[in-house]
Amino acid sequence: MFITVTLQLLQGFAKTVELFALTLLFSLPLGLLLSLGSMSRAKILKYPIKFLIWVIRGTPLMLQLMVIFYGPGLLGNPVWNGMGNTGRFAAALVAFVINYSCYFSEIYRGGIQSVPVGQYEAGQVLGMTRGQIFRKVVLLQVIKRIVPPMSNEIITLVKDTSLANVISVTEIIFMGNSFTKSNGLIWPLFYTGVFYLLFCGLLTILFGYIEKKLSYFR
Amino acid sequence: MALLEVSHIEKNFENTKVLKDISFQMEEGQAVSIIGSSGSGKTTLLRCLNFLEVPDGGTITVRGEKLFDASEKAQESEEELRKKRLHFGLVFQNFNLFPQYTALENVTLAPKLALEKPDSESLGRIEAHGRELLRKMGLENRENNYPHQLSGGQQQRVAIARALALQPDILCFDEPTSALDPMLTGEVLKVIRSLAEQHTTMIIVTHEMGFARDVSDQVIFMDKGVIAEQGTPEEIFTKPKEEKTRQFLSGYTNPN
Repeated sequence: MFITVTLQLLQGFAKTVELFALTLLFSLPLGLLLSLGSMSRAKILKYPIKFLIWVIRGTPLMLQLMVIFYGPGLLGNPVWNGMGNTGRFAAALVAFVINYSCYFSEIYRGGIQSVPVGQYEAGQVLGMTRGQIFRKVVLLQVIKRIVPPMSNEIITLVKDTSLANVISVTEIIFMGNSFTKSNGLIWPLFYTGVFYLLFCGLLTILFGYIEKKLSYFR
Repeated sequence: MALLEVSHIEKNFENTKVLKDISFQMEEGQAVSIIGSSGSGKTTLLRCLNFLEVPDGGTITVRGEKLFDASEKAQESEEELRKKRLHFGLVFQNFNLFPQYTALENVTLAPKLALEKPDSESLGRIEAHGRELLRKMGLENRENNYPHQLSGGQQQRVAIARALALQPDILCFDEPTSALDPMLTGEVLKVIRSLAEQHTTMIIVTHEMGFARDVSDQVIFMDKGVIAEQGTPEEIFTKPKEEKTRQFLSGYTNPN
């Protein structure tokens, strides 16, 4: 039984990791765009983005998952239907990407704004172009500053993927829970925790390594 | 012909007039000190010369070439502005070294980025020049140290080498020792003094009166956004004409 459960959970875990990785793939760059927009001098860009961030950070991710999954159908445009599990997964991905882009954008904004203005000015008086100042002077300092909050947020994402359960995405919690229903076993659900722990442990080691790599300067 | 000619520079922040009709000239090889109390506009003037602030009026001319003219509000390309900036170098009060680069890399970064084709020969030349500058600053053993591994005085000397690496016509210092304790102040002033002895053209905003008196060819006293008095160190420090100058200087203990 243990082997059967483990294999089932591994399948679910593969979905979890897929959702996690694809969310990062899209929300890391999208978050950067949002942060640049939210710092823009163009009010038409700045205020709608600030509003979006307020809504997304101010409502539960679980609710956002349901709105995105059921909303289109209620509006008479059931985009997720007819795709089966793929539709559920796609809806979850969209919700996660929007949610995490907003959180990441605030981390980027904090990182960019924490670089002293003197760094830009030093680059300017040395005749560097704006691109050179960003790439050669500012970027690495921003990365160094955002690694700790980013790793925190990314580790949260690992566990947040379990929320996709509410729209029946077959991630690991869903798989673990299925044994409760079919076999009356609760331990497979508890067992899922081991997978999360190992994965987060791996990420912690990775982020620790990156922080160490960047510790040569202050 | 004067190397630098600043005429009728004005600068407002919101409704505050920070600079009102500033005009002065300086010759090649001169050291000009700008003194005055905080808020008199000294730093703003330096920032205008380095195009970190855009003046609201006046002109800035270097070697007869008009770099800035407030009456021509034409949009300049970033490229043109960058070229104009290179006439001036600026050493900041709080150094502003790039923390992720070593002392030598701080000095060589901008010249390397400015190369049109970075072949190994030009890169080598820049490195050698950078080492030479650090040596002149008394930092030959500190090339590979990062800024946080250096004292404030050492950091400021790296910053001076960094500004010199681009061979500006005029090197500006914005209160270069204000962030340093007296001992570290001495080592930075020594370096600036030796630059003056080599006839580096410099504008120095400073609160070190004894130093200003020793190294300058010309002293400008600023008060409330105007040049209140201007002259040789002798004229300003021993027989100031203006009451304001006298008052300001009496706030400092006599360096003698």
